[in-house]
Amino acid sequence: MSNDPIKVIDETCVGCQLCVKACPFGAIEMDDKLAVIDLTKCTLCGACVTACKFDAIEMRESEKVQADFSEYRDVWVFAEQDDDVIQSITYELLGEGRQLADDLGMKLCAVLLGSNVSEQASELITRGAETVYVVDQPELTHFQDEPYAAVISDLVKRHKPNILLCGATTIGRSVISRIAVETGAGLTADCTGLAIDPETKNLMQTRPAFGGNIMATILTPDTRPQMSTVRHKVFKEAEVDASRTGDVVALEVDKALLASRTRRLSFVPEEDTIMNIAEADFIISGGRGMGKPENFDLLHELAEVLGGGVGASRAAVDADWIPYSHQVGQTGKTVCPKIYIACGISGQIQHLAGMSSADVIIAINKDPDAPIFSVATVGIVGDVFEIVPKLTAELRKVLGK
Amino acid sequence: MHFVVCIKQVPEKNDVKINPETNTLMREGVESIVNPFDAYAIEESVRLKERVGGKVTAITMGPPQAEAVLREAISVGVDEGILISDRAFAGSDTFATSYTLAQAIKKLGDVDIILCGKQASDGDTAQVGPGIATHLDLPQITYVRKIEEIEEGRIVGERLLETGYEVIESSLPCLLTVVKEINEPRLPSLKGKMASKKAEIPVWTAADMDCRPEYLGLDGSPTKVDTIFTPPPRGGGEILTGDPEEIVPRLIEKLKELVVGAAS
Ligand SMILES: Cc1cc2nc3c(=O)[nH]c(=O)nc-3n(C[C@H](O)[C@H](O)[C@H](O)COP(=O)(O)OP(=O)(O)OC[C@H]3O[C@@H](n4cnc5c(N)ncnc54)[C@H](O)[C@@H]3O)c2cc1C
Ligand SMILES: Nc1ncnc2c1ncn2[C@@H]1O[C@H](COP(=O)(O)O)[C@@H](O)[C@H]1O
Repeated sequence: MSNDPIKVIDETCVGCQLCVKACPFGAIEMDDKLAVIDLTKCTLCGACVTACKFDAIEMRESEKVQADFSEYRDVWVFAEQDDDVIQSITYELLGEGRQLADDLGMKLCAVLLGSNVSEQASELITRGAETVYVVDQPELTHFQDEPYAAVISDLVKRHKPNILLCGATTIGRSVISRIAVETGAGLTADCTGLAIDPETKNLMQTRPAFGGNIMATILTPDTRPQMSTVRHKVFKEAEVDASRTGDVVALEVDKALLASRTRRLSFVPEEDTIMNIAEADFIISGGRGMGKPENFDLLHELAEVLGGGVGASRAAVDADWIPYSHQVGQTGKTVCPKIYIACGISGQIQHLAGMSSADVIIAINKDPDAPIFSVATVGIVGDVFEIVPKLTAELRKVLGK
Repeated sequence: MHFVVCIKQVPEKNDVKINPETNTLMREGVESIVNPFDAYAIEESVRLKERVGGKVTAITMGPPQAEAVLREAISVGVDEGILISDRAFAGSDTFATSYTLAQAIKKLGDVDIILCGKQASDGDTAQVGPGIATHLDLPQITYVRKIEEIEEGRIVGERLLETGYEVIESSLPCLLTVVKEINEPRLPSLKGKMASKKAEIPVWTAADMDCRPEYLGLDGSPTKVDTIFTPPPRGGGEILTGDPEEIVPRLIEKLKELVVGAAS
């Protein structure tokens, strides 16, 4: 089939297998000394094209004509608010958005939905938003997928932002996927790096793949806006500067956009969530090595001294020692604290996937061969029950608490 | 009621590393499994069927060998599986994938509830579920940890948020994405295993589903992978061993060096 996006030129392929080794996705196999690409596994990353010394692999360029995007201006940040409180992720997005807007010579704007949110709009300005688009309606008091997606999609179509950033939170991920489909835009999840290509002015969106084992840079060259979600703690919060000025633009929307087929009946806060660990600067995590639920008290104490949160491995969560919302890893939360202290955690790949981008990793484990030591900034071979209480006591002294 | 569960085949391990000397990829265990989150979606669809009656159809978009995940779903109580497979789907990003799956669901017709996993373990995007709902113009409840009520035309579910959960009511049809907390997946029964062996799995191609070619595969995907690289390796650091009385003060000194004042 000539229309395949990537193909091996059979006459040129010498069967050297370099491409098979280069493929991160296991999509190339040898069949009778010729490379064969399994298109259903291939992500068209181009690693094989680069690896092939014989120019035997050809990638078809997508056929879209370069559209004119000159109408698409500005960097927008979706301002996530919960019970009238702007979420810290929004300030992190404004911090990064400032850089992108400056690189593009465009404005940094925020889009804020809610009811009676004028105060919050002013806060966004002190954090660097030059324009805040506000849709203030009682129907928008609490997040609901449909009206939020419909209203923002409508604003996007009317005002044509170049870039739209959103937190990779529960709400953010739910709503932005709908907006992307509704506006036909490309969306890249969980970016850890954003930059503007100096030549094309496209947004280069870098994100981890395969649990962080490799990184991929994604472009959305043919559609606008360019949309990305970003996890907590990846970027620095924009500083408050009360002298900043900006415009608050209140927008009317068609009432039909506010309709929702879902309704929030109630909210039940989790009892022992003192802190959402995705936002914590310090995380003390416990694994199976903690032995029993009561021993997590040791970790809570240390967390309290540091002003941090308590995390856990899946083994500890599965044993019902601590609620699932504390689980770190592939099937739990991804965290990026300043310091991550792993206590009695072996460091299986699924756990590492959720925490290996912490600035500093401290591991305490009895087993000198535990894999957690291969990522630890400082590893302590020892018993958590001896080390942790001492550490807590010493830190209390040092921090004067 | 008719339940549709969307499941994906993913590599068992994400364990790909780049050999720093040769700069080639070292891959271990390319065994494929059902995306871990989708196992909960399968289980929940079967439980809902058991609760209110009806049938469950599992769909997967993928290569011919992805049929295996459909058989696995049938072994735990799913009634039918449909494989959505066509070379035209190659290079699909989440936009094209959710469009293609939505077209398949349209073809199925009378669907009350669509279930997806929270996210797929290979891409981790969590975009496909809401994408399907949007292509089909349906409401959604994401991150569902419990279904409180279900009846003709109405569902009440608990959505897990960062700090608690919300109770959300939705009209039907509706799309749900589920989290691990929702249930404990069962093991296949003997009867289920038999059914899974015998099942005929139809294959639907782009032509079967009345697709717009410009929404499929590479051309239908607004995102493009530009480059792939290895993150700077995170080597192990210093290892402290010995008497806790000595180690702890050394650790504190280290911490002070590493994050001067960060904890103050
Ligand atoms: C699809 C899938 C998804 C998964 N997702 C996740 C996930 O999101 N998060 C996650 O964490 N795991 C996940 N896992 C599970 C993961 O593979 C491991 O099983 C799990 O992380 C192990 O937890 P652990 O380190 O606490 O337990 P173990 O591996 O049992 O390690 C316990 C460690 O404690 C040490 N220890 C014991 N006693 C002491 C003591 N007194 N002092 C000091 N050290 C001590 C031991 O030496 C050992 O290294 C997943 C698995 C699969 C298959
Ligand atoms: N190729 C696919 N076939 C069937 N379902 C899929 C496919 N890709 C994603 N899904 C569904 O969408 C969910 C989210 O996937 P993702 O957006 O890739 O993280 C998964 O848990 C599946 O339920």
